[in-house]
Amino acid sequence: MIPATFTYRRAESVDEAIELAGQYGDDAKFLAGGHSLLPLMKLRLAQPEVLVDIGRLRDLSYIRDEGDHVAIGALTRHHDLATSELLAEQLPLLRYAAGTIGDPQVRHRGTIGGSLAHSDPAADLPAAVLVLEATLVARGPSGTREIPATEFFVDRFESALEPGELLTEIRVPKPASRGWSFQKFTKRAIDWAIVGVAVQGDKVGLVNMHEKPVRATAVEEALASGASIQEAAERAADGLSPNSDVHASAEYRAQLARVLVRRGLEEAASRA
Amino acid sequence: MKVTITVNGKETSAEVEDRTLLVHYLRDVLNLTATNIGCDTTTCGACTVLLDGESVKSCTVLAAQADGREVTTVEGLAGEDGTMHPVQKAFHEQHGLQCGFCTPGMVMATVSLLKENPRPTEEQVRAGLEGNLCRCTGYHNIVKAVLAAAEETA
Repeated sequence: MIPATFTYRRAESVDEAIELAGQYGDDAKFLAGGHSLLPLMKLRLAQPEVLVDIGRLRDLSYIRDEGDHVAIGALTRHHDLATSELLAEQLPLLRYAAGTIGDPQVRHRGTIGGSLAHSDPAADLPAAVLVLEATLVARGPSGTREIPATEFFVDRFESALEPGELLTEIRVPKPASRGWSFQKFTKRAIDWAIVGVAVQGDKVGLVNMHEKPVRATAVEEALASGASIQEAAERAADGLSPNSDVHASAEYRAQLARVLVRRGLEEAASRA
Repeated sequence: MKVTITVNGKETSAEVEDRTLLVHYLRDVLNLTATNIGCDTTTCGACTVLLDGESVKSCTVLAAQADGREVTTVEGLAGEDGTMHPVQKAFHEQHGLQCGFCTPGMVMATVSLLKENPRPTEEQVRAGLEGNLCRCTGYHNIVKAVLAAAEETA
């Protein structure tokens, strides 16, 4: 399979990327590692007329300790996250979750910014940045703005980014509560999660349990009002509408979420 | 567009469509047909090559993204005189292949894996080759080959 025809433009700077995107408007898509976008283009599920390649903007690839938070450039690859010593110390949840994405070849290409901007409810990193209460920094023609992760994921494959806006940095506060867990249930190693769970302290995020990446608010509320882990985990699927597909029914996903949230909370508690 | 890619140490250049995938550039433009196209969906790993020394699936990289960079295919591993690369030798000696279709991708994924982790455990080898499928299910000897290559080169 070869994607439908498009025009390839390479940006040499963030300014040029934003200018090119502005020039082509809705017809353009940013290309980072291409590991979400190119497969969709091969299947004709996405047919942008222009790709603005931002893959060479090395100044958007970094992991920096900024005191109260860790700043991560949007073009930082999953491989870089999964092997980062700084993340091992400060954000082990994010490091571990990145290391479960796809396979080594995919992690050599895929980027955190690309994965988040893609806003796929079945992706792993959205759940992690949701429970880490990260702030996403976007630059567009009218300047820079900060978007809380909890407001970033709007719908399936739809983020809060405006057309022409480029996600440039992810700011992750150093968590006060150190206990964490990432549970990912797959059929085969390289598959998407049938259901996944990210836990940091008393925050719980879910993978593939709703039309968009979400926190398990019912579980968090139960914990806050003094429920046991067992009791709180029973509410993992409350208010959510998971998909039924070839891998699992909605009922199966709901049950799996209850089990994985319990395991996640127990593991996080054991690490706190 | 015109792309210039160093492939197996030699500079290559061609006028290609913007949408050309790296695997098609290698196979159809350069006639380097050892790199196979299996699933064509970033799953099976048959098309694995090295991009600037790291394993990637060339069915999911545009030739344009490799422009100005270095690509290594399995054709580029052996010495000028035909001496096999230690990973090739280990696959040969440990019978790390059956039908051979996945082998170029397995070998390239192994070269990348051993570069990142020169002395992997068996578990790390299995995790490191997650992105490569062998439909003959010949994994046992493939893992043995990788461990033997690690022994030889570390």
